[in-house]
Amino acid sequence: MKNYLGPLGKDNPILVQTLGVCSALAVTAQLKPAVVMALSVTLVCAFSNFIVSLMRNTIPPRIRIIVQLLVVSFFVIVVDLLLQAFLYDVSKMLSVFVGLIITNCIIMGRLEAFALSHKPFPSFMDGMMNGLGYGLVLVVVAFFRELFGSGTLWNHQVIPDSWYAAGYLNNGLMILPPMALILVGVIVWAKNGTAAKR
Amino acid sequence: MKKFNAMFDAMDTFLRTPATVTGGRCHVRDAVDMKRIMITVMIALVPALVFGWWNVGYQHSLTANEPPAIWPCLWFGFLKWLPLAVVTYVSGLGVEVLFAQIRKEEVAEGFFVTGFLIPMIMPPDVPLWIVAVATVFAVIFGKEVFGGTGYNFLNPALLARAFVFFAYPSVISGDKVWISGGAELPTATDAISGATPLSLVMNGHTEALPSTWELFLGTIPGCIGETCKIAIFIGAAILLFTQVADWRIMLSVFTGGYVTAVICRVTGLCPIAGYDQILMGGFLFGAVFMATDPVTAAHTRAGKHIYGLLIGVLAILIRTLNKGYPEGMMLAILLMNIFAPLIDWCVVQSHIKQRCRTRVVRRKTYNL
Repeated sequence: MKNYLGPLGKDNPILVQTLGVCSALAVTAQLKPAVVMALSVTLVCAFSNFIVSLMRNTIPPRIRIIVQLLVVSFFVIVVDLLLQAFLYDVSKMLSVFVGLIITNCIIMGRLEAFALSHKPFPSFMDGMMNGLGYGLVLVVVAFFRELFGSGTLWNHQVIPDSWYAAGYLNNGLMILPPMALILVGVIVWAKNGTAAKR
Repeated sequence: MKKFNAMFDAMDTFLRTPATVTGGRCHVRDAVDMKRIMITVMIALVPALVFGWWNVGYQHSLTANEPPAIWPCLWFGFLKWLPLAVVTYVSGLGVEVLFAQIRKEEVAEGFFVTGFLIPMIMPPDVPLWIVAVATVFAVIFGKEVFGGTGYNFLNPALLARAFVFFAYPSVISGDKVWISGGAELPTATDAISGATPLSLVMNGHTEALPSTWELFLGTIPGCIGETCKIAIFIGAAILLFTQVADWRIMLSVFTGGYVTAVICRVTGLCPIAGYDQILMGGFLFGAVFMATDPVTAAHTRAGKHIYGLLIGVLAILIRTLNKGYPEGMMLAILLMNIFAPLIDWCVVQSHIKQRCRTRVVRRKTYNL
């Protein structure tokens, strides 16, 4: 079990491997789409890892990327349809980025590095943990961006009206993607700083 | 007491000349150290600052229908500027001392000019907490992240302004913010009275534009330090005489900006004369005090010409083509700050290539 917990901390796909940063910048302006995105990626990553691991001995190595892409795209379509059916507003908000899960480097990376050489259950756990590690960063970034950028959390106003009356303003830069990059940088900075001390 | 080592060291260097001498063999002494350079820049900024105080009071009394006497205006502007400066220095130096303490280094003098510049490029009524947040952001992400004074590739003062511009646009853009108290005064309700010349042009009110003489003298709404062009020229003369700033950068910024402005006029993109464009907004202030920052500018001679030229061209282009960003100078300088190392690299590479070529020719000619 301990082996699977790496992606949440010291082997985090975003903070250490710098994978999946593009979507981390795009969907983290608010908490709700970030959580939905995190869950979607976790599901796709876990199940495609599982399926590819089941097929690992029958996939010819020369066409393995194509097979992996087909598996991933199947789950992406499933997730996309689920979102459209049950969470239409979030699906609208995420727009193209659900489809773009297929290009998320974390998923292809785990398939290549782990699923092709491990048994189905460990592969499933590995995919899930990497998805959750990705989601963890997304949620932290989205928390700060929504709090300081819009004054809300999960679309509920958190910062009281009296603050606004006293002259407080929402930080418009937090809504823009550059600030997400800076926040991810700060998290990497904090992580490396504490890791160096240990 | 060891915890306050950075603080103690900073006060020691600030008040007295430290006795430490370089231990190495090659030892060229020069009176111009970083402290001297910083003080020179600050002296060069003083004329623009004093005029800025007066102008803040003058603009306020114009809108408030009070008689614009000299000393009350000066005092009014000084009282507007003082809290801005105090907040900037306290927040900025606080971060610097903190980082110096954590890294066990000395506090560098770099923040003195930055802290002097930040209040001068803000509108007079900007909320103090926003100035503090912007300063902390600029010092951490513009400077300390890259290793502190001398390692920054962006101008921290401009970064602070850019932060306010993108994060809190309502306090630094529009027509009401440029005159102190302009938002509350009843006479400022018509859109034109408080607008800077730049935003007048953006909105097509060219008939309300101040005359070239007013633009030159600086009796117009704007940031605290940017309006008076005479004071900026005095500052430029001080910087050039002491060779703190490079004339190549200033000259090429003017050339690039003027030529682009003239082209814009001729092609009908912008109805303003080239010299008016140069005198408007923060173009001159940026060219003299911001673009010439020796840390963030290009270092090679040819590089400085390219760097300055592109700043001028981009500043005017952003102004005329993008209605959303009336102050193109800030964005142009920040963008070219990023490209300065690349320009230097290209210049050095081309020099190396040229030398190689001449060496081959020489070897062939003289049979070496």
